[in-house]
Amino acid sequence: MEALIVLLPLMGAIFAMPISKVGGPRAAELMTTILLAIAALLSWITFFQIGFGDGPKETITLLTWISSGAFETAWSVRLDTLTAVMLIVVTTVSALVHTYSIGYMHEDPSRPRFFAYLSLFTFAMLMLVTADDLVQLFFGWEGVGLASYLLIGFWHHKKSANDAAIKAFVMNRVGDVGLALGLMAVFAVFGTVKFDGIFDALDAGVVNPVWTDATVAIDAIRFQFLDRSYPVLELIGVLLFIGAMGKSAQFILHTWLPDAMEGPTPVSALIHAATMVTAGVFLVCRMSDLYHLAPVASGLITFIGATTAIFAATIGLVQTDIKRVIAYSTASQLGYMFFAAGVGGYAQAMFHLTTHAFFKALLFLGAGAVIHFCHHEQDMRKMGGLKEQMPVTFVMMLAGTLAITGVGIPMLYVLGAPFGFAGFVSKDYILTAAYAGSAQGLPFATYAFVLGLIAAVMTAFYSWRLMFLTFDHEWRAPADVRKHPHDVPNTMLGPLIPLAIGAVIAGMEFYKPFVGGGKKDFWEGSLYIEKAAYGETHAKADAKAGAKGDGITHSDTGEADHAAAKPAGEKAKKKDHGAHKYPAWVYWSPFFAMAIGFLGAFFHYRRTDDPLRPGLIRPGGLLYDFLQNRWYIDDLYRVMFLKPAQILARFLWKGGDERTIDGLGPNGLFGLMGDGAKRLVKIQSGYTYHYAFVMLIGLTILLFIILRSAS
Amino acid sequence: MISLANYLLVGGLLFAIGVGGIFLNRKNVIIILMSIELMLLAVNINFVAFSMFLGDVKGQVFAFMILTVAAAEAAIGLAILVTFFRNRGDISVQAANTMKN
Repeated sequence: MEALIVLLPLMGAIFAMPISKVGGPRAAELMTTILLAIAALLSWITFFQIGFGDGPKETITLLTWISSGAFETAWSVRLDTLTAVMLIVVTTVSALVHTYSIGYMHEDPSRPRFFAYLSLFTFAMLMLVTADDLVQLFFGWEGVGLASYLLIGFWHHKKSANDAAIKAFVMNRVGDVGLALGLMAVFAVFGTVKFDGIFDALDAGVVNPVWTDATVAIDAIRFQFLDRSYPVLELIGVLLFIGAMGKSAQFILHTWLPDAMEGPTPVSALIHAATMVTAGVFLVCRMSDLYHLAPVASGLITFIGATTAIFAATIGLVQTDIKRVIAYSTASQLGYMFFAAGVGGYAQAMFHLTTHAFFKALLFLGAGAVIHFCHHEQDMRKMGGLKEQMPVTFVMMLAGTLAITGVGIPMLYVLGAPFGFAGFVSKDYILTAAYAGSAQGLPFATYAFVLGLIAAVMTAFYSWRLMFLTFDHEWRAPADVRKHPHDVPNTMLGPLIPLAIGAVIAGMEFYKPFVGGGKKDFWEGSLYIEKAAYGETHAKADAKAGAKGDGITHSDTGEADHAAAKPAGEKAKKKDHGAHKYPAWVYWSPFFAMAIGFLGAFFHYRRTDDPLRPGLIRPGGLLYDFLQNRWYIDDLYRVMFLKPAQILARFLWKGGDERTIDGLGPNGLFGLMGDGAKRLVKIQSGYTYHYAFVMLIGLTILLFIILRSAS
Repeated sequence: MISLANYLLVGGLLFAIGVGGIFLNRKNVIIILMSIELMLLAVNINFVAFSMFLGDVKGQVFAFMILTVAAAEAAIGLAILVTFFRNRGDISVQAANTMKN
């Protein structure tokens, strides 16, 4: 049954085109959507069995892929809680997006291709999340990259779409180099790419590297990389994270995500909000057993995550394209997830990933409905007043906005869960985790906490700005659009409802198992959960640290050895006992951040006659230009990489290929023959006496030779 | 006393003049015919000279053969020339380059 979850979307992808030839585009749409709906249903069953029941927690091996010496990899379905969580996220959003696309794409002539790509993407993403070893994960990783490329460039008659698709593909390849190197390093050090093998070795602290028969303590291994020597776990952690940065559009490798909005809106919702971009977070969480032993790599994750959170949020403040606002918001929220993982809150990161998938897909699909309604107009300055025109969409988007901005009441618990929208619960836990990290002195944790709060203000501001500009005041569209707006079909409104329900209750519903008291039973070892946080595992950690001697110097397991480090351990321990273990302002600060952002947007965009008037950040100003030009990072890349690459390519093309290879090769030989022949032709003058003269000369020479040799 | 070498020298010179007449001539096909005659005669001189010095008559018989052939060749050559002139209206050597390409 579990294998079906993965294989149904593949069937959809394969048969979409043939079926459309027989039964028309509608048949392909229905088939892929129904297959995905079945997969989603099965996923939810699996999720409840694994997460809450005592369902099978096993690995189903479908077939061996590569078996070469010590290197073995298989197609398999790994079933644990982490996979199950990703399964429901991916299949649910995918099924809803399939449904939505029936309405959104109904005018497009190549719909079957679109649905085939969507299903292909879903299949690749499921391969990624169900992988039992890093190689299958890499396969899925590249598969989603390919599907993303195909879908961003789906409208391939548009040059901008092609450019964006190529940009996304190339930027992802940059990250993939890191992932591939990390994968090879893992195999070299651990002698296996299977997750179980890796985690067991990490647990034991000794590994059996491929270059030797003996077992070696993992802390003793150092790798040469770029002329410097690094502890191997840090190196693997950083390399894998570079892959995650590319896929999850983190700072430095983020530039492809906003451009990816050239794709159809359902694609943005599915790939560039809910699923593919979260693959990086998933990878970090999957390898959490490794990352908690790699403090420097985790510090880097925290730093990059926090930087992305604030960076993307600032750019989101000035965007006028409705989809780009949400795209930057996505990058910002991914930053939150990363710094949560960086400070050790893997469960919090996965929690935010899940809730974010719901409300971000909701926002994107709602924005898609708005765009559809306004004749594919994406500029918010030409919207406004849509509240009366499309009330259902408005209510849905409102739910999404309340979720993303984190509306809720801090420190109030209803039925054992915090009271608030999904984003409130998950984001607060991330910020609390960052605060806990800074209390433990983890690198960059304070940086992450402060930046996370500021980003929360901006999140609230740009989210409400989007709402006010889109739905409030007068409709600023041209008259012909106002007269004949596109009706939004029910296939587009329907999928918004489950997502909106998720955005409202997912936080409260899943709080307990994901990050609350039940998290240990729920995750069951599929994630690394701070062992010191649990009294009962403390002894085990002690024993382990003792057995390893001075193995691990970082983290609470190591610290538990030393009485001097007790306060840090105790602080972490307090975390689980009761909810109020930090000062109240820690819990209230995200609420105030949200309130400040909301009030700012409210007074600037709602309580005014002209919502488009310039605010604090004025067009033409330095700050505005800085933000509008996306911190000049795209320009920097253009100058740093694109121009030199173009110059080099031009040189190689003109000088290397055309002049050298062609000049000496085909063209050179051809020229030699041609010129030679032209010269030879001149000998054939047509005059008889010339021929006779040549004959005479030849005869003379011949005679000369014969006579010489005779004498 | 005139030695064999003197005869051969005259024959060689005549032959060389014949060859030069063929190749240095740009104007008239008749001159080519004349040059060929000259070369044949140079050969004749060689034959007769050798015949004399070696005391063998065969060389002189052969010289007559060559004279006959030369006469026939001159007749055929002139006939060709007449036909050539009829066809082309010109007997300059430079015009006769239709073998080109």
